Amino acid sequence: MSPARFVGQVWLLLRKDVRVELRAGELIYATMLFAAIIVLLFSFAFLGGAPPTVEVMAGVLWVALALAGLVGISRSFEREREADTLRGLLLSPLSRSAVYLSKLLSMALLMSLVVVVVVPGLLLLFGMQLSGAGALGHLLGLLALGILGFTAIASLFSASLGRARGRELLLPLLVYPLSVPVLLAGARGTYDILYGTQESLIDAARWLRFLLAFDVLSITCGLWLFEPLSTNE
Amino acid sequence: MSASPRFRCIATRDLYKDYGRQRALAGVSLQLQAGQVTALLGENGAGKSTLLSILAGMLQPTRGLVRVDDQPLTEVDDVSFRRCLGVLSHEPRCYAELSPRENLQLFVQLYDVYRPATGSAASEAIERWLRAVNLERAAGRPVRTLSRGMLQRLAIARTLLHQPSLVLLDEPYTGLDQAGVAMLSSLITQERARGAILLIVTHDLATVAPLCDQVLVLSKGRLGACIELPFGSGTGETLLSAYRKADQRGPRSRSSDAATPPGSPP
Repeated sequence: MSPARFVGQVWLLLRKDVRVELRAGELIYATMLFAAIIVLLFSFAFLGGAPPTVEVMAGVLWVALALAGLVGISRSFEREREADTLRGLLLSPLSRSAVYLSKLLSMALLMSLVVVVVVPGLLLLFGMQLSGAGALGHLLGLLALGILGFTAIASLFSASLGRARGRELLLPLLVYPLSVPVLLAGARGTYDILYGTQESLIDAARWLRFLLAFDVLSITCGLWLFEPLSTNE
Repeated sequence: MSASPRFRCIATRDLYKDYGRQRALAGVSLQLQAGQVTALLGENGAGKSTLLSILAGMLQPTRGLVRVDDQPLTEVDDVSFRRCLGVLSHEPRCYAELSPRENLQLFVQLYDVYRPATGSAASEAIERWLRAVNLERAAGRPVRTLSRGMLQRLAIARTLLHQPSLVLLDEPYTGLDQAGVAMLSSLITQERARGAILLIVTHDLATVAPLCDQVLVLSKGRLGACIELPFGSGTGETLLSAYRKADQRGPRSRSSDAATPPGSPP
């Protein structure tokens, strides 16, 4: 298959997913609301004590992303399962890698909405500060790579659990341990960015490179494993 | 419309499927020919859906072989095979937030038929199918607002839209009214005339009997009987009695009521 055809298939499915999510609304609002609640809960937990340190802010950001993200991803695949539409896609002549990649990208878009809620929440409730455009660029890069790595793992397991009994319980048990490198690198990188010195930004760049390598590895594994894991019932 | 390869026949040999310690299929051998309609009967849990999933390439058998035109299914190009496959299942496999028209547009693009998929040929084909399944008036409504019968009509259009050469229909008459039943029977006859291989899983003997060339009876994972009928001659009564007779004869028996048997199962 030519690369242009493959990209065309991914684009077709991604457009479909975005259209469906925009019309349903349910997933977008629920995920964003859940993310806002997590940030609020954390802010209440630290109420009255010393101001939260940058380590805490970095931790809150990535924990909120992981929790709200997985809720959204899990629900999105559950809806596909209810209508059996994922099976419909797998039975069509589309490349299964295109199915996986489009799911990964649509889930990454959904998780980006969590960022839209969590980052302003941290700025407002935790007094998070960024030292200039360079730091913002680093943070956005870190978030983008972290989200890609997380969704690469979550999309693979969400699809592969199929109709397994107890899949709602199994999914976080499989996804969270495997995404520890993403959460660790994300939180450490965010801490370095928020710390704001020249040296810490150099350290943050190292975490960015780590995440990039992790993404390449996890997406490659996902493309390779998606077909055998999702097709055998 | 882009050409897709045609299958002459699909056959299984000594097919076994185990789910853990439970055996779903036990040595099923059958042959489905192009231009033939085969009804697959059997009680609940007989292994019909498992057999369909294996024929669709979605499930690997524990043992045994599926052959497409004398070539093992595992050696057939996967994408080409799926391009020729039309599967109607219990679920409509349509997106609830999209309209029937948008769903069909999506499937036209997925199957890459009527190139360019956004062109007038595609639109005409989609409108033709909406008319064929009597969904013109509901074509713009979200699928989630459709009744069960309308959903089934949409699923039928989605299954046959790309003119598949292997059509697997699991309880296709579910939810359809009298007009819907007549519409589906007419479409099955058209698909047969087009040269498709059709396998219908059903409990609706009376409706399916006149459409069948071959009836397979699956019982506890085994092929209990293979009955051949001249197309158009079967009735629910004859099918039921043949089914009972075949059941009494035991597994793998075969009765031929046809003057000219259209297929020859192994």
